Amino acid sequence: MYLGEWSWAGQIGHLSAIVSLVAAALASVAYANSNPFTLAPDQTIWKRIGRISFYVQTGAVLLIFFLLLYLIHQHRFEYHYVWKHSSKSLEFKYLLASIWEGQEGSFLLWLLMQGVLGLILIRTAKIWESPVMSIVSFAQFCLSTMIIGLSIFGWKLGSSPFLLLRDSGVLDGAPALHLDFDTSQPLIPNYLEKITDGNDLNPLLQNYWMVIHPPVLFLGFASTLIPFAFALAGVIHRRYTEWVKPVQPWALFSTAVLGVGIMMGGMWAYESLTFGGYWAWDPVENASLVPWLIGVAGLHTLLIYRHSGQALMSTIVFFVLTFGFILYSTFLTRSGILGETSVHAFTGSGMNIQLLALIAAFLLPAAVWIGLRYREIPKGQTEENLSAREFWMYIGSLLFFLSAVLIIGQTSLPVFNKIFGTTIAPPEDVEFSYNSVQVYIAIFLALLTAVTYYLKYKQTAPALFWKRLLIPLGISVVLAVGFVLFIGIEYTAKGPGFQAALWVSAICSLFSVVANASYIWIGIKGNLGKSGGAIAHVGFALTLLGIVVTSSNKQVISQNNNGFATPLGEGENPRENLTLVQGVPAEMGGYTLTYEKDSTHPKKKLWFYQVRFKSKDGKEEFVLLPNAFVNYKGNKGLMANPDAKHYWDHDVFTYVTSLPDPEAKEDTTSFRRETVQAGDTIYYGKGFITVGDPRRIDNVPEELFGKGGRVVELPVRVNRRTGESVSLTLKSAWARNQWMPLADTLQADGMILQLQEQQADGGLIVGVKESDTLLKYVTLKAFHYPYIRFLWFGIWLTAAGLLISTRRRMLQWLQETKP
Amino acid sequence: MKKTQLALLIGIAACIGVLLSFMKTTSTYDTIDTARKKPGQFVHVMAKLDKSQPIQYDALNNPNYLQFSAVDSLGARMVVQYNNAKPENLEMSDRLVLKGRYRDSVFLCQEIQTKCPSKYKEEEAKGMKHPGEVPLPNTQP
Repeated sequence: MYLGEWSWAGQIGHLSAIVSLVAAALASVAYANSNPFTLAPDQTIWKRIGRISFYVQTGAVLLIFFLLLYLIHQHRFEYHYVWKHSSKSLEFKYLLASIWEGQEGSFLLWLLMQGVLGLILIRTAKIWESPVMSIVSFAQFCLSTMIIGLSIFGWKLGSSPFLLLRDSGVLDGAPALHLDFDTSQPLIPNYLEKITDGNDLNPLLQNYWMVIHPPVLFLGFASTLIPFAFALAGVIHRRYTEWVKPVQPWALFSTAVLGVGIMMGGMWAYESLTFGGYWAWDPVENASLVPWLIGVAGLHTLLIYRHSGQALMSTIVFFVLTFGFILYSTFLTRSGILGETSVHAFTGSGMNIQLLALIAAFLLPAAVWIGLRYREIPKGQTEENLSAREFWMYIGSLLFFLSAVLIIGQTSLPVFNKIFGTTIAPPEDVEFSYNSVQVYIAIFLALLTAVTYYLKYKQTAPALFWKRLLIPLGISVVLAVGFVLFIGIEYTAKGPGFQAALWVSAICSLFSVVANASYIWIGIKGNLGKSGGAIAHVGFALTLLGIVVTSSNKQVISQNNNGFATPLGEGENPRENLTLVQGVPAEMGGYTLTYEKDSTHPKKKLWFYQVRFKSKDGKEEFVLLPNAFVNYKGNKGLMANPDAKHYWDHDVFTYVTSLPDPEAKEDTTSFRRETVQAGDTIYYGKGFITVGDPRRIDNVPEELFGKGGRVVELPVRVNRRTGESVSLTLKSAWARNQWMPLADTLQADGMILQLQEQQADGGLIVGVKESDTLLKYVTLKAFHYPYIRFLWFGIWLTAAGLLISTRRRMLQWLQETKP
Repeated sequence: MKKTQLALLIGIAACIGVLLSFMKTTSTYDTIDTARKKPGQFVHVMAKLDKSQPIQYDALNNPNYLQFSAVDSLGARMVVQYNNAKPENLEMSDRLVLKGRYRDSVFLCQEIQTKCPSKYKEEEAKGMKHPGEVPLPNTQP
């Protein structure tokens, strides 16, 4: 009926989605029937069915994924998803980013990651395979409904990535694509020939972090399911204590991967967004941080339980809530409920009920099971000793949880509005509303991570504690003095109280870095295989230190105004933008900046602006290329990408905030003719021009200039009001009986001067043209970020420590369960 | 009572305390008329760019001065002053969230959030409202 459509691809895709859904359901039921703890005779058969179904399901998801990738690669714009998220000009490396730009593709990615983790579980979970995989398969079933795209009794279930463009409604309003140019008629059979290109990937996502950040983040999302599944399986099967060993590597892995995933989002924001930072307490960021915080709490209570028999109940609750808040964050970011409060461009997808049902499908059964078995779950009865490590670990876990509850409480303001019909808006300074609370939690956490390793489980002798802590304390004092003298905290905008809190948190973090690093030698004798925890703590403390120092000492260096010193009004924003005219150096915050030239991307409307930075002390000189999509795909305006120069101890970071509109202004001004003599003055917008003595050159080649040809040179001096002056020589030729002026442009002043003719009486006619269109300029913001590398390094180190521990605990589990 | 339970209680109390004090710092969503009635108070105003009035922004003269007129859904208008660069997509936005204070017949804006039509699926489904959505051939027969 329609020409050129690859309908087979969509049919395979839809079929695979149904296979994925059915196989996941089957796997879940089959695994649930296989109870390894009863030794029922048929349990191995059910387990087999479960496994095979799970393999089929993962295969179906893989098929969907690669099919979609292939369609994007082949530019099959008859598929709405392909048309909406890619284009022919898109580089190969961003094809993957196109897959996960949309709702359907990101669910697909999540499914894929969960499938991979499921395959690992089948190999490593041993006796726990069936109970845990039953829950994992159930999660696969739920996520599969998100991409199924079925209409059941008018109720839309999921949204398929294989929806055809002609069914999506996008073409309904285009007469040229319909028979008789009537939109009520069907589409013309060859409509596809007219769809020449796709809508493209959002330019802001055309960044390498967008290729790597989503897979890592979704691997993190998927990994939080595993501790949830272990905890719930333990409760369901009344094996309350046996799951704590196999869950440990998963809880560690989950914390590492989710943490790195979140940080990569921050790095993407830092490198390609223009809110001037890596973290803005945006609801979307908070929603993924909260499960991480609760997961960390669960990780620590798990250790407490293993060493002291306390806090099992807390561990179960924390693991359930970690995954619960992953689901809640999915609801927040995809339901469109955040609306006005988030800068992220997530859309309402019309699947709100389904997203809420997803949360309920996991949390309600979990709550019921835990409620039913509450009395049976073992609880520690002994009174904690104040010198016991587990007590302070528990306090630390509670602080993590407290931090999470506060963040999600503040973030959920739009949800609160929705439920209670209120219209409460976020506070004036959103970031401060978080920072002012979290800084105190950071202080306590830094102190706790510093000293807790020096305490022993059950009880610690004070003498030993102080003796072992003596060296790290000494080093910390020396470093703290160095910090106070050479670095310090410069942030004063929120008063001395907050500044003091920043000082204290920085110094406590420093102490924690030193104490944990020392513990690798004092406590573990340099055994790296066992020091995963200490390494992770060093990384965490370094991250805290990096956050506090970077954020407090960040400087806007573009605070200047090209000499227009209008006083700041009360409550006005600081003047953070600086306009650079091409070729004219400007001073700002210790640097001299020159906008030198620009260049363009060979395929796209992407412009690079070359700005040279030169520090006044002469130590730094570099070129930055902030870039921007200008009037991209017919969208008026610009989308800017920053550029940064990285030094070991700081970054200089800049992005374009405004450009002259190349289309809005036409050069309509004409030359103003001034008749002058030597010594006269001509006034112009930015100053005046003094005219020197003309010089006549007669010996010019006759074959070019004709008879009587000559050149007249006129030296002039352009005096700007700012006091500078520029000398120019205007030239004009009398050739073949007419005047041919050679225009001279003064970029910086937006002015063209020409000597138009010399009259018979010696009077000179000078043409003056002033126009903004001549001026090439960029307006930019620039920041100085000190010590940002410490922050990135801290997060990598945290992840490395966690992964070292993951490996150790996994090997331990496999060793113990060897038949 | 166990010490950990005590710690838990303190934690809950701290949570409630912090969230209550947070609620005190929140602001309000206002129309232009209600924003006028509370001069000097920080508010969120939902409005649109008033396209009948010129946008004043000259990056050469002062890159930190933007002035334009905003109109809300009730038809009220106000002058908005923003001491920052012009948001990238001000002209093509279909909605603005203006955060700031109304003072002396001018809305002193601290932050502007622009909402673009492409972000809203319902609108998109109605047809190609968003420029550049699909490069269609000329509709002339």
